[in-house]
Amino acid sequence: MDITLHRDRCVGAGMCALTAPGVFDQDDEDGRVVLLDTKPSPAHHAAARLAAGLCPAAAITVTAAREPGSSSTP
Amino acid sequence: MHNEPSTSPVHDAAQHPEPVTLPTERPAGCPFDPPAELAQLREEQPLRRLSFPDGHTGWLATGHSVVRSIMADPRFSARYELLHYPLADVGDIPPAPPGEFLGLDGLEHTRYRRLLMGKFTVRRMRQLTERVEQFTAECLDAMESHGGPVDLVETFAQPIPGLMICELLGVPYAERDFFQEHVTTLFNQAASEEERGTAMAAMMEYLQGLVLAKRAEPTDDLLSDLTTSDLTDEELSGVGVFLLAAGFDTTANMLGLGTFALLSNPDQLAALRDDPGLAEGAVEELMRYLTVADPTLRSALEDVEIAGQKIKAGETVLLSFQAANRDPAKFLEPDRLDLHRKATGHVAFGHGPHQCLGQQLARVEMAVAFPALLTRFPTLRLAVPAEEVPFRANMNIYGVHRLLVTWDKE
Ligand code: HEM
Repeated sequence: MDITLHRDRCVGAGMCALTAPGVFDQDDEDGRVVLLDTKPSPAHHAAARLAAGLCPAAAITVTAAREPGSSSTP
Repeated sequence: MHNEPSTSPVHDAAQHPEPVTLPTERPAGCPFDPPAELAQLREEQPLRRLSFPDGHTGWLATGHSVVRSIMADPRFSARYELLHYPLADVGDIPPAPPGEFLGLDGLEHTRYRRLLMGKFTVRRMRQLTERVEQFTAECLDAMESHGGPVDLVETFAQPIPGLMICELLGVPYAERDFFQEHVTTLFNQAASEEERGTAMAAMMEYLQGLVLAKRAEPTDDLLSDLTTSDLTDEELSGVGVFLLAAGFDTTANMLGLGTFALLSNPDQLAALRDDPGLAEGAVEELMRYLTVADPTLRSALEDVEIAGQKIKAGETVLLSFQAANRDPAKFLEPDRLDLHRKATGHVAFGHGPHQCLGQQLARVEMAVAFPALLTRFPTLRLAVPAEEVPFRANMNIYGVHRLLVTWDKE
């Protein structure tokens, strides 16, 4: 899984840090999204995807990277 | 107007129904449910023409997916002066006063939002948990020593958000009673127009004075922090007034109406009382189910094609958050209050660039306050028949004016 942030769009609503606290955080000063883990373990994938979908500003893009040995797992 | 015969023989009534007027009447005996017609309109067409009282023909968005798309689309403006009002012909709507950035777009909006974002993060708001617990305990102590019946709105639902706004803005302790008194008058429907006007003037004057005091002697709070920004005194006190307007009545009504919803669903109330771990999920579900801040409006800045419809530049779209939050395409059995469901994805805090800035504070307040109330008074119940609870009909924020409750003494 690859995660890209568009921090210029971030509106600091906090949905990512609330939904996937193992993957996303908010900067203490400007409130914007911070990526804690560029390659989160599979245990965090569902939450990371949910967070990307919930972001009110479309500031998070999650793409499924081809992982060796996993051809079609969601 | 509704039954004009079609001039075109190929007119497809199913695809292009005549504009409807906004249904506002909630079903009899179901005060927590949106008007039944909204569900029917959503089922027919999640985006359709809507007649406004001033003669404008705009749009009504009821489907969860289309509501989200429009809220996130920069081709729609939130500027008040571009909007038509859905409940009465109020003439031209004036632009937002200084500090009220909900009525601004693009860079004008982000100028304010970016200054404030860092103050409302999940972490910062969770650090306020202990303060919320303390204020809540004080409210519950006062209720207990008074003894039932008491008005839960006055003793619990209003003071908690009021005190948290004082905390955020940095209102000194000695001035909090004064502040709370004016705030409650401001949002009290029983108060006369004149009383509310006086309270508003007093609040504005108070916040102007507070800004000057923070400039002279900064303390550890939001207003003091903002004195180093490029905001003028007028903009800064305007932000204070706006945070108060956006954060007080909304949270207070969620606490009041939420308690009433729990009392009306005893199995759900018991589930929350017996399992504090349920609190965060319960808050999301109560937000979805009650959707107290509704509806909102946007205006198309250019022609937009969306959900198979063509919205023209200048047309107002009414976004029905309550219809979206009861959309069966998004939520299973949407009319059931089910604290165990995953209600994430609701739009009760809005969506897009204006999505509620204070939502993480509101979540902390509710996740603390509801369970604390239920554990302190396990036998909490209404002190009047449910039919006699006065509802706030056709107001910006839905809720109850009063909620008389009582409990068994130990
Ligand atoms: C349960 C309580 C609350 C509810 C239901 C609620 C609901 C909403 C909604 C629906 C919006 C978006 C309106 C739109 O886009 O037209 C909004 C915006 C906003 N809310 Fe809240 N809110 C709550 C609590 C708070 C609190 C506690 C604060 C601050 C102390 C707050 C501050 C704001 C601000 C500043 C905006 C405007 C954001 C912007 O324009 O960028 N709200 N709220």
